[in-house]
Amino acid sequence: MKILVVCGSGLGSSLMMEMSIKKIIKELGIDAQVSHTDLGSAKGEGADIFVGTRDITNQLNDVNGEVISLKSMIDKKHMKEQLESTLKKMGLL
Amino acid sequence: MNFFKFLMYDVLSVPAVLVGLVALIGLLAQKKSSTDCLKGTIKTIMGFIILGAGAGVVVGSLGHFANMFQHGFGINGIVPNNEAIVSIAQKTFGKEMALIMFFGMIVNIIIARFTKWKYIFLTGHHTLYMGIMIAAILAAGGMTGVSLVAVGSIILGLVMVVFPAMAQKFMVEITGVEDVAFGHFGTVGYVLAGYVGKWFGNKEESTEEMTLPNSLSFLRDTPVAIATTMALIFLISSIVAGKSYVEEISGGQHFIVFALIQAITFAGGVFVILQGVRMILAEIIPAFKGIAEKLVPDAKPALDCPVVFPYAPTAVLIGFLSSFAAGIVGMFLCMAFNLPVIIPGVVPHFFCGATAGVFGNATGGKRGAIIGAFAHGLLITILPILLMPVLGDLGYANTTFSDTDFGVVGILLGNVLRLFVH
Repeated sequence: MKILVVCGSGLGSSLMMEMSIKKIIKELGIDAQVSHTDLGSAKGEGADIFVGTRDITNQLNDVNGEVISLKSMIDKKHMKEQLESTLKKMGLL
Repeated sequence: MNFFKFLMYDVLSVPAVLVGLVALIGLLAQKKSSTDCLKGTIKTIMGFIILGAGAGVVVGSLGHFANMFQHGFGINGIVPNNEAIVSIAQKTFGKEMALIMFFGMIVNIIIARFTKWKYIFLTGHHTLYMGIMIAAILAAGGMTGVSLVAVGSIILGLVMVVFPAMAQKFMVEITGVEDVAFGHFGTVGYVLAGYVGKWFGNKEESTEEMTLPNSLSFLRDTPVAIATTMALIFLISSIVAGKSYVEEISGGQHFIVFALIQAITFAGGVFVILQGVRMILAEIIPAFKGIAEKLVPDAKPALDCPVVFPYAPTAVLIGFLSSFAAGIVGMFLCMAFNLPVIIPGVVPHFFCGATAGVFGNATGGKRGAIIGAFAHGLLITILPILLMPVLGDLGYANTTFSDTDFGVVGILLGNVLRLFVH
């Protein structure tokens, strides 16, 4: 499974979120490949789950996969809840 | 002895290899598996090579722009873009940059460990850009070798702590918590916006009570944003320069088509460079964070500017528009005073102007966001002009660093060096 973390330039914020997400999925015992990229490349790259802050996910329409829209990029608790419910929805948890 | 010579002159003097080694050390420190170490090292080296490849694309397009702009307006137009100038500088100062970045991050950890400033600067691309600018300025000031790397690393490590410390008071106002810090080298501009907001604004009238159209959000898509604004700038320059002149340099291609293709080429070059930077950082920053977390109890991560965007999304748009307006006013002021003309870049005005808007809103509401971001926009027009003379040979590249802290650090550093050299 592939999780793609997206931000505007695909440099700083998405890398930070990627590190938090890697930690969370390890806690959940899920085997997934997590990487980060910019908005433009995200659509071309494809993933099972896309993660971004709200202003970014607004523009992530018509992608093939679940989209997780975060209120804040630093709130790990919120991030974990969102990931858990999406993984449950996909039947992976 | 021969092996030592080989190691010194043929291996370690290749910047790409040096960056790869930095990543390898980081990966080993995290006790990663051997395949992960191999993968990470190769990707980092590849990232560095990609960075260099993007430079050619950007330089070609900027050259055409300079010709058209100069022919059309008879003045020198400069497009400040961190990625462009970094990719050019990396060809000359790549080795120094790799070492300064590595030791600078260590200096950051040491300062955070032993002082009350517990900030760990995690916006890796800015660490890299600042490292390369410091290397270029120290070299232009006459320093070389070990002293250049040592002085450079200490300066880099210091600024990685000083700027987050400057912003912290405002970060607490924006986020309401103490434990997130701000790590982006546009801090002087944001702090200015914060103070201007405080003096001229009213905190109670927040921007977030307004509603704004969603149509400007495409600007978060960096390559699209660069391509659109560059297309506008190229089109105007090529029309003013005239069909016959442009078709002379385009080798017969229609002048409008040429202008559009060159604008998108520039954006494409920046995209290639960013891809390289992304590959380098993906291996180095997690290691830095991992080591810092072990060594610095209560470390505060200093994060990239979009961290504040969700706290005031309307201020983000207002800040961008106001900062960009200031950039246009600043451009005409440059022309009026016969200074090098700074073309307002949409990326610095968007990311930094937006952040300035959020800072201004936190201290002064609507009025604070508008006036604060406007002050910021003027600052990022003036600082690049003052920075260019200290950049040495890089000052002639038709591009320069865009964000405020590069300007402030560079101007201070260049002038201090001048005192010692002469």
